[in-house]
Amino acid sequence: MKAVITVVGCDSIGIIAGISAECARYGVNISEITQSVLAEYFVMIMIVDIAHLTCDFSDFVDAMEKHGRERSLEIHVMHENIFNSMHEI
Amino acid sequence: MLNVGAIRETVNMIKEENLDIRTVTMGISLYDCQSDDTKRLADKIYDKITRSAGRLTEVTRTLEKRYGIPIINSRVSVTPISYMAGGLHSTDDCVLIAKTLDRAADALGINFIGGYSAMVQKGEINSAKLLIDSIPEALAGTGKVCSSVNVASTKAGINMDAVRRMGEVIKETSYLTRESASIGCAKLVVFANVPEDNPFMAGAFHGTGEAEHVINVGVSGPGVVAAAIRRAGECDLTAVAETIKKTAFKITRVGQLIATEAAEMLGVPFGIVDLSLAPTPAVGDSVAHILEEIGLERCGAHGTTAALAMLNDAVKKGGVMASSHVGGLSGAFIPVSEDAGMIDAAACGALTIEKLEAMTAVCSVGLDMIAIPGDTPAEVISGIIADEMAIGVVNSKTTAVRLIPAYGKTVGDELSFGGLLGTAPVMEVNTYSPSVFVKRGGRIPAPIQSLKN
Repeated sequence: MKAVITVVGCDSIGIIAGISAECARYGVNISEITQSVLAEYFVMIMIVDIAHLTCDFSDFVDAMEKHGRERSLEIHVMHENIFNSMHEI
Repeated sequence: MLNVGAIRETVNMIKEENLDIRTVTMGISLYDCQSDDTKRLADKIYDKITRSAGRLTEVTRTLEKRYGIPIINSRVSVTPISYMAGGLHSTDDCVLIAKTLDRAADALGINFIGGYSAMVQKGEINSAKLLIDSIPEALAGTGKVCSSVNVASTKAGINMDAVRRMGEVIKETSYLTRESASIGCAKLVVFANVPEDNPFMAGAFHGTGEAEHVINVGVSGPGVVAAAIRRAGECDLTAVAETIKKTAFKITRVGQLIATEAAEMLGVPFGIVDLSLAPTPAVGDSVAHILEEIGLERCGAHGTTAALAMLNDAVKKGGVMASSHVGGLSGAFIPVSEDAGMIDAAACGALTIEKLEAMTAVCSVGLDMIAIPGDTPAEVISGIIADEMAIGVVNSKTTAVRLIPAYGKTVGDELSFGGLLGTAPVMEVNTYSPSVFVKRGGRIPAPIQSLKN
Protein backbone atom coordinates (compact mmCIF):
# COMPACT_ATOMS: atom_id res chain seq x y z
CA MET A 1 0.00 0.00 0.00
CA LYS A 2 1.42 3.32 -1.03
CA ALA A 3 0.82 7.01 -0.53
CA VAL A 4 2.05 10.12 -2.30
CA ILE A 5 3.55 13.06 -0.44
CA THR A 6 3.86 16.34 -2.32
CA VAL A 7 5.89 19.22 -0.94
CA VAL A 8 6.06 22.79 -2.24
CA GLY A 9 7.70 25.78 -0.59
CA CYS A 10 10.70 28.08 -0.37
CA ASP A 11 13.97 26.18 -0.53
CA SER A 12 15.93 25.87 2.70
CA ILE A 13 18.41 23.54 4.37
CA GLY A 14 17.01 20.29 5.75
CA ILE A 15 13.60 20.04 4.08
CA ILE A 16 14.15 16.45 2.95
CA ALA A 17 15.85 15.53 6.21
CA GLY A 18 12.87 16.79 8.21
CA ILE A 19 10.28 14.99 6.10
CA SER A 20 12.30 11.78 6.00
CA ALA A 21 12.61 11.83 9.80
CA GLU A 22 8.82 12.22 10.13
CA CYS A 23 8.30 9.28 7.77
CA ALA A 24 10.69 7.11 9.72
CA ARG A 25 8.99 8.05 12.98
CA TYR A 26 5.67 6.66 11.72
CA GLY A 27 7.09 3.53 10.06
CA VAL A 28 6.74 4.92 6.55
CA ASN A 29 9.31 3.72 4.01
CA ILE A 30 10.32 6.05 1.16
CA SER A 31 10.17 4.24 -2.19
CA GLU A 32 10.83 7.05 -4.67
CA ILE A 33 11.70 10.73 -4.61
CA THR A 34 11.58 13.20 -7.46
CA GLN A 35 12.65 16.67 -6.51
CA SER A 36 13.62 19.94 -8.16
CA VAL A 37 14.20 23.58 -7.31
CA LEU A 38 12.54 26.01 -9.72
CA ALA A 39 13.72 29.58 -9.09
CA GLU A 40 13.75 29.53 -5.28
CA TYR A 41 10.83 27.06 -5.06
CA PHE A 42 11.41 23.62 -3.72
CA VAL A 43 9.12 20.99 -5.30
CA MET A 44 9.16 17.34 -4.30
CA ILE A 45 7.02 14.29 -4.88
CA MET A 46 7.63 11.23 -2.70
CA ILE A 47 6.07 7.82 -3.13
CA VAL A 48 6.07 6.03 0.21
CA ASP A 49 5.13 2.59 1.45
CA ILE A 50 2.56 2.76 4.26
CA ALA A 51 2.19 -1.00 4.85
CA HIS A 52 3.93 -0.71 8.22
CA LEU A 53 2.44 2.60 9.30
CA THR A 54 2.40 2.75 13.09
CA CYS A 55 -0.66 5.02 13.39
CA ASP A 56 -3.94 5.76 11.58
CA PHE A 57 -3.40 7.13 8.09
CA SER A 58 -5.41 10.23 9.10
CA ASP A 59 -3.02 10.88 11.99
CA PHE A 60 -0.02 10.56 9.65
CA VAL A 61 -1.66 13.08 7.28
CA ASP A 62 -2.21 15.48 10.20
CA ALA A 63 1.39 15.07 11.39
CA MET A 64 2.83 15.78 7.96
CA GLU A 65 0.59 18.79 7.39
CA LYS A 66 1.57 20.16 10.80
CA HIS A 67 5.24 19.61 9.94
CA GLY A 68 4.65 21.59 6.75
CA ARG A 69 2.83 24.45 8.46
CA GLU A 70 5.66 24.87 10.98
CA ARG A 71 8.17 25.27 8.14
CA SER A 72 5.99 27.26 5.69
CA LEU A 73 5.83 24.28 3.35
CA GLU A 74 2.73 23.04 1.62
CA ILE A 75 2.67 19.31 2.29
CA HIS A 76 -0.11 17.02 1.08
CA VAL A 77 -0.39 13.31 1.70
CA MET A 78 -2.76 11.26 -0.41
CA HIS A 79 -3.43 7.54 -0.66
CA GLU A 80 -2.30 6.10 -4.02
CA ASN A 81 -5.79 4.82 -4.90
CA ILE A 82 -6.97 8.29 -5.93
CA PHE A 83 -4.23 8.50 -8.57
CA ASN A 84 -4.78 4.95 -9.76
CA SER A 85 -8.53 5.55 -10.03
CA MET A 86 -8.14 8.75 -11.98
CA HIS A 87 -5.43 7.79 -14.39
CA GLU A 88 -5.99 4.09 -15.09
CA ILE A 89 -8.90 2.55 -16.95
CA MET B 1 1.96 2.75 -12.03
CA LEU B 2 2.20 6.22 -10.53
CA ASN B 3 3.95 8.84 -12.61
CA VAL B 4 4.89 12.42 -11.88
CA GLY B 5 2.62 13.93 -14.52
CA ALA B 6 -0.45 12.12 -13.21
CA ILE B 7 0.35 13.04 -9.61
CA ARG B 8 0.82 16.69 -10.49
CA GLU B 9 -2.39 16.75 -12.48
CA THR B 10 -4.45 15.28 -9.64
CA VAL B 11 -2.94 17.50 -6.97
CA ASN B 12 -3.43 20.53 -9.20
CA MET B 13 -7.09 19.65 -9.83
CA ILE B 14 -7.78 19.48 -6.11
CA LYS B 15 -5.65 22.33 -4.82
CA GLU B 16 -5.92 24.85 -7.67
CA GLU B 17 -9.05 24.01 -9.65
CA ASN B 18 -11.54 23.29 -6.85
CA LEU B 19 -12.11 19.61 -7.55
CA ASP B 20 -14.14 18.20 -4.71
CA ILE B 21 -16.78 15.68 -3.84
CA ARG B 22 -19.90 17.78 -3.51
CA THR B 23 -21.94 15.37 -1.46
CA VAL B 24 -22.02 11.92 0.04
CA THR B 25 -25.71 11.29 0.59
CA MET B 26 -27.12 8.35 2.48
CA GLY B 27 -30.57 7.27 1.39
CA ILE B 28 -32.65 5.79 4.19
CA SER B 29 -35.98 4.01 3.84
CA LEU B 30 -38.57 5.02 6.40
CA TYR B 31 -41.18 2.43 5.46
CA ASP B 32 -40.64 0.48 8.66
CA CYS B 33 -41.36 3.62 10.69
CA GLN B 34 -45.04 3.67 9.73
CA SER B 35 -47.44 4.37 12.58
CA ASP B 36 -50.89 5.90 12.85
CA ASP B 37 -49.73 7.74 15.97
CA THR B 38 -47.87 10.86 14.82
CA LYS B 39 -45.67 11.14 17.90
CA ARG B 40 -44.71 7.48 17.58
CA LEU B 41 -44.02 8.00 13.85
CA ALA B 42 -41.76 10.95 14.66
CA ASP B 43 -39.83 8.99 17.28
CA LYS B 44 -39.32 6.04 14.97
CA ILE B 45 -38.14 8.32 12.13
CA TYR B 46 -35.67 10.08 14.43
CA ASP B 47 -34.29 6.79 15.73
CA LYS B 48 -34.00 5.20 12.29
CA ILE B 49 -32.17 8.17 10.75
CA THR B 50 -29.76 8.76 13.62
CA ARG B 51 -29.05 5.01 13.94
CA SER B 52 -28.52 4.48 10.19
CA ALA B 53 -26.36 7.53 9.50
CA GLY B 54 -24.64 7.79 12.88
CA ARG B 55 -21.20 7.25 11.34
CA LEU B 56 -21.76 9.15 8.08
CA THR B 57 -19.81 12.31 8.89
CA GLU B 58 -17.02 10.34 10.60
CA VAL B 59 -16.60 8.19 7.48
CA THR B 60 -16.57 11.15 5.09
CA ARG B 61 -13.97 12.89 7.27
CA THR B 62 -11.77 9.78 7.17
CA LEU B 63 -12.03 9.54 3.38
CA GLU B 64 -11.33 13.24 3.03
CA LYS B 65 -8.07 12.76 4.90
CA ARG B 66 -7.11 9.54 3.12
CA TYR B 67 -7.44 10.95 -0.37
CA GLY B 68 -6.74 14.60 0.30
CA ILE B 69 -9.92 15.64 -1.50
CA PRO B 70 -12.52 17.88 0.17
CA ILE B 71 -15.91 16.26 0.73
CA ILE B 72 -18.08 19.33 1.04
CA ASN B 73 -21.33 17.88 2.32
CA SER B 74 -22.61 14.80 4.10
CA ARG B 75 -26.35 14.52 3.70
CA VAL B 76 -29.30 12.23 4.20
CA SER B 77 -32.30 11.59 1.98
CA VAL B 78 -35.35 9.72 3.20
CA THR B 79 -38.51 8.12 1.84
CA PRO B 80 -40.92 10.88 0.75
CA ILE B 81 -42.67 11.89 3.94
CA SER B 82 -46.06 11.97 2.22
CA TYR B 83 -45.84 8.16 2.10
CA MET B 84 -45.92 8.08 5.90
CA ALA B 85 -49.62 8.55 5.30
CA GLY B 86 -51.03 6.73 8.32
CA GLY B 87 -49.46 9.16 10.76
CA LEU B 88 -50.26 12.38 8.92
CA HIS B 89 -53.72 13.60 9.92
CA SER B 90 -53.17 17.36 9.64
CA THR B 91 -50.66 19.93 8.43
CA ASP B 92 -49.46 20.21 12.05
CA ASP B 93 -48.57 16.52 11.96
CA CYS B 94 -46.54 17.12 8.81
CA VAL B 95 -44.71 20.05 10.41
CA LEU B 96 -43.92 17.89 13.44
CA ILE B 97 -42.25 15.37 11.14
CA ALA B 98 -40.32 18.16 9.40
CA LYS B 99 -39.03 19.32 12.78
CA THR B 100 -38.10 15.73 13.59
CA LEU B 101 -36.04 15.52 10.39
CA ASP B 102 -34.37 18.80 11.32
CA ARG B 103 -33.49 17.49 14.78
CA ALA B 104 -32.07 14.31 13.28
CA ALA B 105 -29.94 16.36 10.85
CA ASP B 106 -28.61 18.43 13.77
CA ALA B 107 -27.77 15.30 15.73
CA LEU B 108 -25.86 13.86 12.77
CA GLY B 109 -23.96 17.08 12.01
CA ILE B 110 -25.12 17.09 8.37
CA ASN B 111 -26.14 20.27 6.56
CA PHE B 112 -29.28 19.16 4.71
CA ILE B 113 -31.83 16.37 4.86
CA GLY B 114 -34.07 15.74 1.87
CA GLY B 115 -37.35 13.93 1.50
CA TYR B 116 -40.04 16.30 2.72
CA SER B 117 -41.58 15.36 -0.56
CA ALA B 118 -44.67 14.30 -2.47
CA MET B 119 -45.31 12.68 -5.85
CA VAL B 120 -48.44 14.18 -7.37
CA GLN B 121 -47.86 14.00 -11.12
CA LYS B 122 -51.25 12.36 -11.64
CA GLY B 123 -53.12 13.17 -8.46
CA GLU B 124 -52.81 13.70 -4.74
CA ILE B 125 -53.29 11.20 -1.96
CA ASN B 126 -54.60 12.87 1.20
CA SER B 127 -51.24 12.92 2.94
CA ALA B 128 -49.58 14.49 -0.12
CA LYS B 129 -52.14 17.29 -0.04
CA LEU B 130 -51.50 17.85 3.67
CA LEU B 131 -47.75 17.79 3.14
CA ILE B 132 -47.90 20.32 0.29
CA ASP B 133 -50.12 22.61 2.37
CA SER B 134 -47.61 22.36 5.23
CA ILE B 135 -44.48 23.17 3.17
CA PRO B 136 -44.31 26.93 3.90
CA GLU B 137 -44.61 26.43 7.66
CA ALA B 138 -42.30 23.39 7.62
CA LEU B 139 -39.55 25.24 5.75
CA ALA B 140 -39.96 28.34 7.90
CA GLY B 141 -39.76 26.29 11.09
CA THR B 142 -36.69 24.24 10.16
CA GLY B 143 -33.17 24.98 8.96
CA LYS B 144 -31.97 21.83 7.21
CA VAL B 145 -35.07 20.22 5.76
CA CYS B 146 -35.40 20.20 1.97
CA SER B 147 -38.67 19.70 0.16
CA SER B 148 -39.59 18.60 -3.34
CA VAL B 149 -42.82 17.96 -5.20
CA ASN B 150 -43.04 16.05 -8.47
CA VAL B 151 -45.94 17.54 -10.44
CA ALA B 152 -45.35 16.05 -13.89
CA SER B 153 -43.96 13.06 -15.74
CA THR B 154 -43.66 11.91 -19.32
CA LYS B 155 -45.98 9.00 -18.56
CA ALA B 156 -48.60 10.93 -16.57
CA GLY B 157 -48.48 14.41 -18.12
CA ILE B 158 -48.67 17.60 -16.04
CA ASN B 159 -50.91 17.92 -13.00
CA MET B 160 -51.95 21.56 -13.47
CA ASP B 161 -53.86 21.65 -10.17
CA ALA B 162 -50.57 20.87 -8.44
CA VAL B 163 -48.71 23.38 -10.61
CA ARG B 164 -51.18 26.05 -9.60
CA ARG B 165 -50.91 25.13 -5.94
CA MET B 166 -47.09 25.15 -6.02
CA GLY B 167 -47.10 28.74 -7.29
CA GLU B 168 -49.00 29.68 -4.14
CA VAL B 169 -46.83 27.50 -1.89
CA ILE B 170 -43.67 29.18 -3.20
CA LYS B 171 -45.17 32.63 -2.51
CA GLU B 172 -46.23 31.62 1.01
CA THR B 173 -42.79 30.14 1.72
CA SER B 174 -41.14 33.34 0.51
CA TYR B 175 -43.35 35.38 2.84
CA LEU B 176 -42.86 33.19 5.91
CA THR B 177 -39.06 33.25 5.50
CA ARG B 178 -38.90 36.93 4.48
CA GLU B 179 -36.65 37.81 7.44
CA SER B 180 -33.92 35.51 6.10
CA ALA B 181 -33.84 36.37 2.37
CA SER B 182 -36.85 34.11 1.64
CA ILE B 183 -34.45 31.20 2.08
CA GLY B 184 -37.26 28.68 2.45
CA CYS B 185 -37.72 28.82 -1.32
CA ALA B 186 -34.08 27.77 -1.80
CA LYS B 187 -35.02 24.49 -0.13
CA LEU B 188 -38.06 23.77 -2.27
CA VAL B 189 -38.01 22.24 -5.76
CA VAL B 190 -40.85 21.48 -8.15
CA PHE B 191 -40.00 18.60 -10.48
CA ALA B 192 -40.97 16.83 -13.67
CA ASN B 193 -39.63 13.26 -14.01
CA VAL B 194 -37.89 13.43 -10.65
CA PRO B 195 -35.05 10.89 -10.23
CA GLU B 196 -35.38 8.69 -7.15
CA ASP B 197 -31.66 8.38 -6.41
CA ASN B 198 -30.53 11.98 -6.64
CA PRO B 199 -27.90 12.84 -4.00
CA PHE B 200 -28.12 16.61 -4.54
CA MET B 201 -30.30 18.98 -2.52
CA ALA B 202 -32.85 20.34 -2.44
CA GLY B 203 -34.40 17.60 -4.58
CA ALA B 204 -32.98 14.47 -2.92
CA PHE B 205 -35.24 11.76 -1.56
CA HIS B 206 -34.99 8.00 -1.15
CA GLY B 207 -37.10 6.44 -3.89
CA THR B 208 -39.62 3.65 -3.54
CA GLY B 209 -37.54 1.09 -5.45
CA GLU B 210 -34.39 1.68 -3.43
CA ALA B 211 -32.74 -0.60 -0.85
CA GLU B 212 -33.11 -0.11 2.90
CA HIS B 213 -30.02 2.12 2.88
CA VAL B 214 -27.84 3.33 0.04
CA ILE B 215 -24.87 5.62 -0.57
CA ASN B 216 -25.08 8.02 -3.52
CA VAL B 217 -22.32 10.46 -4.37
CA GLY B 218 -22.38 13.74 -6.28
CA VAL B 219 -19.13 14.98 -7.77
CA SER B 220 -18.25 18.52 -8.76
CA GLY B 221 -15.51 20.04 -10.83
CA PRO B 222 -16.52 22.91 -13.15
CA GLY B 223 -13.16 24.56 -12.38
CA VAL B 224 -11.29 21.48 -13.56
CA VAL B 225 -13.21 21.38 -16.85
CA ALA B 226 -12.71 25.11 -17.48
CA ALA B 227 -8.97 24.80 -16.81
CA ALA B 228 -8.66 21.80 -19.15
CA ILE B 229 -10.39 23.72 -21.97
CA ARG B 230 -8.11 26.69 -21.33
CA ARG B 231 -5.06 24.44 -21.57
CA ALA B 232 -6.38 22.89 -24.80
CA GLY B 233 -5.96 26.35 -26.36
CA GLU B 234 -7.01 27.02 -29.94
CA CYS B 235 -8.79 23.92 -31.18
CA ASP B 236 -12.09 23.02 -32.79
CA LEU B 237 -15.21 21.92 -30.93
CA THR B 238 -14.50 18.22 -31.54
CA ALA B 239 -11.30 18.65 -29.57
CA VAL B 240 -13.12 20.67 -26.88
CA ALA B 241 -15.68 17.88 -26.49
CA GLU B 242 -12.89 15.31 -26.23
CA THR B 243 -11.16 17.39 -23.56
CA ILE B 244 -14.38 17.63 -21.54
CA LYS B 245 -14.96 13.87 -21.86
CA LYS B 246 -11.50 12.98 -20.62
CA THR B 247 -11.77 15.41 -17.72
CA ALA B 248 -15.23 14.16 -16.77
CA PHE B 249 -13.86 10.62 -16.73
CA LYS B 250 -11.21 11.57 -14.19
CA ILE B 251 -13.61 13.55 -12.03
CA THR B 252 -16.11 10.71 -11.98
CA ARG B 253 -13.48 8.13 -11.09
CA VAL B 254 -12.84 10.02 -7.88
CA GLY B 255 -16.57 10.01 -7.16
CA GLN B 256 -16.72 6.27 -7.78
CA LEU B 257 -13.75 5.68 -5.46
CA ILE B 258 -15.27 7.70 -2.63
CA ALA B 259 -18.72 6.16 -3.16
CA THR B 260 -17.52 2.56 -3.05
CA GLU B 261 -15.27 3.14 -0.06
CA ALA B 262 -17.91 5.08 1.87
CA ALA B 263 -20.44 2.34 1.15
CA GLU B 264 -18.03 -0.36 2.30
CA MET B 265 -17.07 1.48 5.48
CA LEU B 266 -20.72 2.05 6.36
CA GLY B 267 -21.79 -1.46 5.40
CA VAL B 268 -24.37 -0.06 2.99
CA PRO B 269 -24.83 -0.75 -0.75
CA PHE B 270 -23.32 1.69 -3.23
CA GLY B 271 -26.10 3.25 -5.27
CA ILE B 272 -24.95 5.68 -7.94
CA VAL B 273 -22.53 8.41 -8.81
CA ASP B 274 -24.27 11.55 -10.03
CA LEU B 275 -22.23 13.01 -12.88
CA SER B 276 -23.38 16.57 -12.47
CA LEU B 277 -21.01 19.50 -12.74
CA ALA B 278 -22.09 21.41 -9.65
CA PRO B 279 -20.82 24.98 -9.40
CA THR B 280 -20.23 27.05 -6.27
CA PRO B 281 -20.08 30.83 -5.91
CA ALA B 282 -16.29 30.54 -5.49
CA VAL B 283 -14.15 32.02 -8.25
CA GLY B 284 -12.97 29.23 -10.56
CA ASP B 285 -15.88 26.89 -9.86
CA SER B 286 -18.42 28.09 -12.40
CA VAL B 287 -20.32 26.34 -15.19
CA ALA B 288 -20.89 29.74 -16.84
CA HIS B 289 -17.14 30.21 -17.01
CA ILE B 290 -16.79 26.88 -18.85
CA LEU B 291 -19.21 28.18 -21.49
CA GLU B 292 -17.26 31.42 -21.68
CA GLU B 293 -14.02 29.45 -21.95
CA ILE B 294 -15.54 27.60 -24.93
CA GLY B 295 -15.90 30.96 -26.64
CA LEU B 296 -18.91 32.99 -25.51
CA GLU B 297 -18.35 36.59 -24.45
CA ARG B 298 -20.89 36.06 -21.69
CA CYS B 299 -23.03 33.16 -20.58
CA GLY B 300 -26.46 33.88 -22.06
CA ALA B 301 -25.15 35.05 -25.43
CA HIS B 302 -26.58 33.34 -28.51
CA GLY B 303 -24.71 30.06 -28.78
CA THR B 304 -25.04 29.34 -25.06
CA THR B 305 -27.62 26.59 -25.52
CA ALA B 306 -25.47 24.81 -28.10
CA ALA B 307 -22.32 25.08 -25.98
CA LEU B 308 -24.19 23.83 -22.94
CA ALA B 309 -25.66 20.91 -24.90
CA MET B 310 -22.16 19.87 -25.94
CA LEU B 311 -20.82 20.26 -22.40
CA ASN B 312 -23.65 18.25 -20.90
CA ASP B 313 -23.32 15.45 -23.42
CA ALA B 314 -19.54 15.24 -23.12
CA VAL B 315 -19.72 15.12 -19.31
CA LYS B 316 -22.10 12.16 -19.55
CA LYS B 317 -20.04 10.33 -22.15
CA GLY B 318 -16.87 10.69 -20.09
CA GLY B 319 -18.56 9.95 -16.80
CA VAL B 320 -20.56 6.90 -17.78
CA MET B 321 -17.46 4.85 -18.47
CA ALA B 322 -15.85 5.93 -15.20
CA SER B 323 -18.56 4.60 -12.93
CA SER B 324 -20.27 1.25 -12.56
CA HIS B 325 -23.61 2.92 -11.76
CA VAL B 326 -24.57 6.39 -12.86
CA GLY B 327 -27.81 8.05 -11.85
CA GLY B 328 -29.38 11.02 -10.13
CA LEU B 329 -29.54 14.20 -12.17
CA SER B 330 -26.26 13.76 -14.07
CA GLY B 331 -25.54 16.81 -16.17
CA ALA B 332 -24.42 20.39 -15.78
CA PHE B 333 -26.24 22.40 -13.10
CA ILE B 334 -27.04 26.01 -13.84
CA PRO B 335 -28.15 27.45 -10.49
CA VAL B 336 -27.85 31.20 -10.92
CA SER B 337 -27.08 32.22 -7.33
CA GLU B 338 -24.55 29.42 -6.85
CA ASP B 339 -22.40 30.21 -9.87
CA ALA B 340 -20.14 33.28 -9.99
CA GLY B 341 -20.32 33.45 -13.80
CA MET B 342 -24.12 33.14 -13.87
CA ILE B 343 -24.46 35.85 -11.22
CA ASP B 344 -22.33 38.23 -13.29
CA ALA B 345 -24.15 37.34 -16.51
CA ALA B 346 -27.56 37.87 -14.91
CA ALA B 347 -26.48 41.12 -13.26
CA CYS B 348 -25.22 42.62 -16.53
CA GLY B 349 -28.32 41.56 -18.47
CA ALA B 350 -26.64 38.94 -20.67
CA LEU B 351 -28.59 36.12 -19.07
CA THR B 352 -32.38 36.23 -18.87
CA ILE B 353 -34.95 33.79 -17.53
CA GLU B 354 -36.07 33.06 -21.09
CA LYS B 355 -32.53 32.05 -22.06
CA LEU B 356 -32.18 29.97 -18.91
CA GLU B 357 -35.40 28.19 -19.85
CA ALA B 358 -33.96 27.32 -23.25
CA MET B 359 -30.76 26.09 -21.59
CA THR B 360 -32.73 23.74 -19.36
CA ALA B 361 -33.93 21.86 -22.45
CA VAL B 362 -30.40 20.54 -22.95
CA CYS B 363 -28.94 20.22 -19.47
CA SER B 364 -29.60 19.01 -16.00
CA VAL B 365 -32.34 20.18 -13.68
CA GLY B 366 -33.94 23.45 -14.69
CA LEU B 367 -34.66 26.99 -13.58
CA ASP B 368 -32.56 26.84 -10.46
CA MET B 369 -31.89 29.33 -7.68
CA ILE B 370 -33.32 32.27 -9.55
CA ALA B 371 -34.48 35.30 -7.58
CA ILE B 372 -37.55 37.02 -9.02
CA PRO B 373 -39.37 40.15 -7.84
CA GLY B 374 -41.23 39.60 -4.58
CA ASP B 375 -44.48 40.92 -6.02
CA THR B 376 -44.58 38.35 -8.85
CA PRO B 377 -48.11 36.90 -8.76
CA ALA B 378 -48.50 33.22 -7.83
CA GLU B 379 -50.11 32.52 -11.23
CA VAL B 380 -47.02 33.81 -13.03
CA ILE B 381 -44.85 31.49 -10.93
CA SER B 382 -47.22 28.65 -11.82
CA GLY B 383 -46.90 29.63 -15.49
CA ILE B 384 -43.11 29.45 -15.23
CA ILE B 385 -43.41 26.04 -13.56
CA ALA B 386 -45.81 24.80 -16.26
CA ASP B 387 -43.41 25.84 -19.04
CA GLU B 388 -40.50 24.11 -17.36
CA MET B 389 -42.52 20.96 -16.68
CA ALA B 390 -43.54 20.86 -20.36
CA ILE B 391 -39.87 20.88 -21.42
CA GLY B 392 -39.17 17.93 -19.13
CA VAL B 393 -42.29 15.96 -20.02
CA VAL B 394 -41.98 16.32 -23.78
CA ASN B 395 -38.23 15.66 -23.84
CA SER B 396 -38.40 12.73 -21.38
CA LYS B 397 -35.94 14.37 -19.03
CA THR B 398 -35.85 15.74 -15.52
CA THR B 399 -36.61 19.42 -15.18
CA ALA B 400 -37.21 21.43 -12.06
CA VAL B 401 -38.00 24.88 -10.78
CA ARG B 402 -36.44 26.45 -7.71
CA LEU B 403 -37.49 30.10 -7.77
CA ILE B 404 -37.11 32.57 -4.95
CA PRO B 405 -39.63 35.43 -4.98
CA ALA B 406 -37.49 37.97 -3.11
CA TYR B 407 -39.92 39.43 -0.60
CA GLY B 408 -39.88 43.23 -0.68
CA LYS B 409 -37.30 43.35 -3.48
CA THR B 410 -37.44 44.09 -7.17
CA VAL B 411 -35.33 43.93 -10.33
CA GLY B 412 -31.86 45.35 -9.69
CA ASP B 413 -31.84 44.30 -6.03
CA GLU B 414 -29.85 41.39 -4.76
CA LEU B 415 -30.67 38.48 -2.49
CA SER B 416 -27.82 37.03 -0.45
CA PHE B 417 -28.05 33.60 1.17
CA GLY B 418 -24.38 33.13 2.02
CA GLY B 419 -22.40 29.91 1.81
CA LEU B 420 -22.94 27.52 -1.08
CA LEU B 421 -26.34 29.04 -1.88
CA GLY B 422 -24.65 32.28 -2.89
CA THR B 423 -26.12 35.56 -4.05
CA ALA B 424 -28.89 36.10 -6.58
CA PRO B 425 -29.57 39.25 -8.56
CA VAL B 426 -33.36 39.68 -8.80
CA MET B 427 -34.23 38.92 -12.43
CA GLU B 428 -36.95 40.38 -14.56
CA VAL B 429 -40.03 38.25 -15.19
CA ASN B 430 -42.60 38.60 -17.96
CA THR B 431 -45.68 39.57 -15.97
CA TYR B 432 -48.35 39.25 -18.68
CA SER B 433 -50.84 37.07 -16.89
CA PRO B 434 -51.23 33.32 -17.50
CA SER B 435 -53.96 33.38 -14.85
CA VAL B 436 -56.85 31.95 -16.89
CA PHE B 437 -54.66 29.17 -18.26
CA VAL B 438 -53.34 28.27 -14.82
CA LYS B 439 -56.77 28.41 -13.15
CA ARG B 440 -58.31 26.00 -15.65
CA GLY B 441 -56.65 23.22 -13.64
CA GLY B 442 -56.95 19.60 -14.67
CA ARG B 443 -54.16 17.68 -16.33
CA ILE B 444 -52.16 18.26 -19.46
CA PRO B 445 -52.19 14.77 -21.00
CA ALA B 446 -49.03 12.73 -21.38
CA PRO B 447 -47.32 13.50 -24.69
CA ILE B 448 -47.16 11.11 -27.60
CA GLN B 449 -43.86 9.28 -27.71
CA SER B 450 -43.62 8.76 -31.44
CA LEU B 451 -43.90 11.09 -34.46
CA LYS B 452 -41.07 13.09 -32.87
CA ASN B 453 -40.54 16.49 -34.37
